[in-house]
Amino acid sequence: MSTMINMVRSLVAVASLAIATPALAAGAKVEIDYQNWSFAGPFGSYDRGQLQRGFKVYRENCSACHGLRLVAFRNLAENGGPSFSEDQAKAIAAEYTVVDGPDDFGDMYDRPAILADRFPSPFPNEQAARAANNGAYPPDFSLLAKARAAQRGFPAFVFDIFTQYQENGPDYIYSLLTGYVDAPEGVVVPDGQYYNHSFLAGEFISMAPPLFDEAVEYTDGTPMTVEQYAKDVSAFMMWAAEPHLEDRKKIGFRVMVFLIVFAGLLYFTKKQLWRNADH
Amino acid sequence: MAGHSNYVPQSAAAKWLESRLPVISLMRGSFVDFPTPKNLNYWWTFGGILFFVLIAQILTGIVLVMHYTPSTDAAFDSVEHIMRDVNFGWLLRYLHSNGASMFFIAVYIHIFRGLYYGSYKAPREISWILGVIIFLIMMGTAFMGYVLPWGQMSFWGATVITNLFSAIPLVGEAIVTWLWGGFAVDNPTLNRFFSLHYLLPFMIFGVVILHVWAFHTTGNNNPTGVQPKTKQDTLPFHPYYTVKDLFAIVVFMIFFSWFAFYLPNYLGHADNYIEANPLVTPAHIVPEWYFLPFYAILRAVPDKLGGVVLMFGAIAVLFILPWLDTSKVRSGTYRPLFKQFFWIFALTCVALGYLGAMPAEGIYVTLSRIFTAYYFAHFLIILPMLGFLEKPRPLPASISEAVLKGGSGQPAGAAAAPETK
Repeated sequence: MSTMINMVRSLVAVASLAIATPALAAGAKVEIDYQNWSFAGPFGSYDRGQLQRGFKVYRENCSACHGLRLVAFRNLAENGGPSFSEDQAKAIAAEYTVVDGPDDFGDMYDRPAILADRFPSPFPNEQAARAANNGAYPPDFSLLAKARAAQRGFPAFVFDIFTQYQENGPDYIYSLLTGYVDAPEGVVVPDGQYYNHSFLAGEFISMAPPLFDEAVEYTDGTPMTVEQYAKDVSAFMMWAAEPHLEDRKKIGFRVMVFLIVFAGLLYFTKKQLWRNADH
Repeated sequence: MAGHSNYVPQSAAAKWLESRLPVISLMRGSFVDFPTPKNLNYWWTFGGILFFVLIAQILTGIVLVMHYTPSTDAAFDSVEHIMRDVNFGWLLRYLHSNGASMFFIAVYIHIFRGLYYGSYKAPREISWILGVIIFLIMMGTAFMGYVLPWGQMSFWGATVITNLFSAIPLVGEAIVTWLWGGFAVDNPTLNRFFSLHYLLPFMIFGVVILHVWAFHTTGNNNPTGVQPKTKQDTLPFHPYYTVKDLFAIVVFMIFFSWFAFYLPNYLGHADNYIEANPLVTPAHIVPEWYFLPFYAILRAVPDKLGGVVLMFGAIAVLFILPWLDTSKVRSGTYRPLFKQFFWIFALTCVALGYLGAMPAEGIYVTLSRIFTAYYFAHFLIILPMLGFLEKPRPLPASISEAVLKGGSGQPAGAAAAPETK
């Protein structure tokens, strides 16, 4: 018991030590506009409508520059995702053209995509992408929601363990998409770049503000605003990066229940067994 | 080990086997009848927890290898193939990647338990040294495993760490080229790391057997640090410690699951979801959390060779620890001064871990230097001196006396349970 108290004491001491030092690393301080996500927390799940809207935003607004190379069309119809029907997913696939081959004459040929294909990327390689985008490279979306995270700093990163905060990626993407603000007095924005107060890699970003009110048509009555688009596409990107999130949390809960019950039984077994062993 | 068993084979098959290879009495003597001090607390369960994690890592790893492709062109995508297409691949990979962190959490607790209760002192020096060897192999295994997904941190972490060897005078550059199998971290490096990452866990397994053999020869240490004297002081390993260890393992699994299922990427770095790119250096190259204290020591020294020497020295000093601690008393429980220095030392390690995650500039460098100096001072100055300066509290005559509260006056066996007699 006294060792436990010592442990707690030392943890408190560590905590106060860490508070005394500035916790943010050097580098850009970015504005993060934290959102409530349906997929946060131990029972979180994706909002089907949101993923479908997010996919629409991606397809109509982002896919000209940003790829989705690790996601297959079949994924669109799988459980735990946007849950399009198989026919819908087939129809979506058929709108894309992929290169196949070689055929019997050794030639490559174009054909409409099928469910088994993955999303073809808009550019054949990084060089082509840069050439078409003023030297900037639009990153692929497949993993972006897990590949970006703003510094949480102390003590937030400790609390995150208990609150199960894992939504750094979508929060960052949402903030970036809605983070185009007027540059502060005296800041000169270079040609072909834009001021964004949420951009991790500096204050200027090469991507023009990508979303505008009413740019994508929503037919389910959801407001057609930049904020809503940003939220929907961020959620879609989280699914693209973590397609088995729902399974993971569901199985996790069952595992937890099992382990806690098992541990309880073992505890009483152990107690019973040791009752006469004066320890 | 086998000598602790009074097993007599009953069946004809068992007699046949025992007379040719006494494996049943060996196992019984080691893990069933083995006399274990009866006062081991829950800090002692981490040995069993570590064994469980090692086996879990090997099993998940073997299945992951069935789907992984060790090539710079395919490694990153093959990990994503595991995450997306392989049945329960996401589960295997998250268990394996978080399992590495769990391994280190458990091993750090296990090491600090040994430090507090003086488990490194005579006659357990060999067991301790073998433990340090396991720790070293673990670090190598974890480092090489982190390279396999071929993300940005994989690549740049590998580049930074392998480059450390270039600090060695004269032959440094040649050694680095030899390690890489080329002139940069590239396909040959990835392939050899993959090969070694598969090999080293089995070496760990082998050294674990030696580690257990050693402390089964000397007997376990225990919270009093007093050697068991009579049968009253011990209990058979099974069922007392099998059930206690199993309970602890399941509680640890709850902790493990919390991360693997709900925070699978918390302990990793976001940049490792970006494929390795030799042309783009990440803003901050940070090793995995379990290397941070050593990383802080490395960066505390302005000279590259000096930093490397101190970083390896931080582990090397553990090898000679049994001879640095001059106190005859094992357990920190009876050492009032040592106890305080122990907690200061534990704090120092946590502080170094924090500083390792911070950029190497300004106040962080100064603090790193102070804590690095203290880290070594603890082993090289404080521990040798404490043995002479400290007046330990009186030790209990036996384990039984220590565990029977208020029973110091009566014979140790008086209140013992029938089954322990």
